[in-house]
Amino acid sequence: MAIITMREAISQALWEEMERDERVFILGEEVGVWGGTYAVTKGFFDRFGAERVRDTPIAEGVIIGAANGAAMAGLKPVAELMTINFAFMAMDQIVNHSAKLRAMFGGQFTVPIVIRAVSGGGRQLGATHSQTPDVIFAHFPGLKVIAPGTPHDAKGLLKAAIRGQDPVLFIEHATLYQTRGEVPEEEVLEPIGVSKVQRPGRDVTIVSYSKMLQVSLQAAERLAQEGIEAEVIDLRTLRPLDMEPVIESFKRTNRAVIAEEGWRSYGIGAEVSARIYEAALDYVDAPIQRVAQKEVPLPYNRELEQMALPQVEDVIQAVREVL
Amino acid sequence: MEPKELLRLYHEMVLVRRVEERAAELYQQGKIGGFLHLYIGQEAIGTGLISARRPEDRVITAYRDHGIAISCGMSAKAVMAELLGKVTGCSKGMGGSMHLADVNLNFWGGHAIVGAHLPLASGLALADKYRGSDAATICLFGDGATNIGYFHEALNLSKVWSLPVLWVCENNQYGMGTAVERASAVSEIRQKAEGYGMPNARVDGMDVLAVRQAADEALARVRSGGPFLLEAITYRFRGHSMGDPERYRGSDEVRRWQEDDPIGIFRRAILERGAHDEAALDAEERAVDQEVQEAVAFAEQSPNPGPELLFGTEFVDGVR
Repeated sequence: MAIITMREAISQALWEEMERDERVFILGEEVGVWGGTYAVTKGFFDRFGAERVRDTPIAEGVIIGAANGAAMAGLKPVAELMTINFAFMAMDQIVNHSAKLRAMFGGQFTVPIVIRAVSGGGRQLGATHSQTPDVIFAHFPGLKVIAPGTPHDAKGLLKAAIRGQDPVLFIEHATLYQTRGEVPEEEVLEPIGVSKVQRPGRDVTIVSYSKMLQVSLQAAERLAQEGIEAEVIDLRTLRPLDMEPVIESFKRTNRAVIAEEGWRSYGIGAEVSARIYEAALDYVDAPIQRVAQKEVPLPYNRELEQMALPQVEDVIQAVREVL
Repeated sequence: MEPKELLRLYHEMVLVRRVEERAAELYQQGKIGGFLHLYIGQEAIGTGLISARRPEDRVITAYRDHGIAISCGMSAKAVMAELLGKVTGCSKGMGGSMHLADVNLNFWGGHAIVGAHLPLASGLALADKYRGSDAATICLFGDGATNIGYFHEALNLSKVWSLPVLWVCENNQYGMGTAVERASAVSEIRQKAEGYGMPNARVDGMDVLAVRQAADEALARVRSGGPFLLEAITYRFRGHSMGDPERYRGSDEVRRWQEDDPIGIFRRAILERGAHDEAALDAEERAVDQEVQEAVAFAEQSPNPGPELLFGTEFVDGVR
């Protein structure tokens, strides 16, 4: 078992799938000669060439649109959006096309596109470049939304997404690229739409994903020092959402905290807690707590930015509320 | 053009016209829902253009798509059944008037967001280029679509990547109810291609034979040298859609254009060439009437799609 970074895991997944299937190609801003603005596709241009690693103009609408068209015609495009904030420039292609072309034409089109997008705050990039709007995309039927929190899952889920036939938005958190984790040397494939217990525990259920998974694991570590054993569940896929491990866990712990980096209103916490109440009302021992970003556009100033983002202490505090 | 081909195209244009006239009636009877955008007046463009394609060439268009579907080889039955929302429709009743398509005919839709299918066309053409095919993608859109960002992003990319796309602007003078000169900085749409260093031409979109010739020339250019923009000048005789009060144009203007009915122009051309006589063309029109009647009966008798379509088309791959 090798210990590698999230960046390496994602890069390996792309590399291996490009080696495996000639239909797979990459397009996006600075993916080629530059090597990727987050260095994920470093070395790809030299190995696979300009036809398969395509630098595009800065024009997100046609990046995703052309990827949709190429996918309809049987290729397997992996389109990179430098940040998920630029996905708003391609929103129509993502929600009106990637997500709908199949159903709207009676199933005769398949759109096996993978859109990789970098999400999350904490890098002092100001309000428009720091959002965590993951949940917005999970609202639309027809689009699978994956947001891994570990290198292992990033590799396994990205490979599964590329091999699949459905449109996928694959969300990478900007501050997780250096996060290290164990990834087997052999083939890694993870099922899409399956939540995973990342840390077992008996006292409280913490539901999270992406960056907040790592934050939640740190919180669980600290709580363990006080003898509180938190079970940490990683949603991994926001659509389709797998609630089974969450409900199973909640029926044992009777207490839950949902931690997300995006804003609280209409968020993951709202959805997951509603589903827990619907499925396990009789098991509730305390009102479910939600940890989320303060409801403001993120500021540039480092201290204010961190004040607005959910922290380890916020998760610990929420756990104390439900115990 | 061979007399047989002339007759085939005449049949096709009349079929498009009659299907739509019948669709308008069915709409007024409440049998067709949603929006219904008629192609009446513009038939020469779809017919002439698509007659020039090879089977491997892809076609994609906007929401005024009934005529394009038929020119791509779709049966009147499949069109009519889709308009009535039936499972026997080309999109199984899931798409309706604006979302006709048939992959097997290399007809990639029917798209209802103005301009959004231009990037899709770039991608379709990219796939062919990627595979080393010399197929072209023919992408039709209205004058209104040339003012939206997508048009510029897609034309630019097609030129930068030298994609085999024939861009065809059907300039019918109005984007919904707003005249071209009120919405576009240049009223000669083909000029917009100049900004991308893209070869271009203008053609009389009411003359099917002129369109065919322009399409032949343009497709040859596309196959050898990348994208080309063809602007076809035309006019829709009906409103933008069925609910259009048409306050933006006078009846004199509509009448003037109707004197140049593309079917009438083509009929005269066939007769002048001596390719067919009046009786032969009349017989063709009767055959079309029969075809349309059968299509309506087929559509009305067809079943509705069931819940397996409602819940069965979101994803290909099962979850878990």
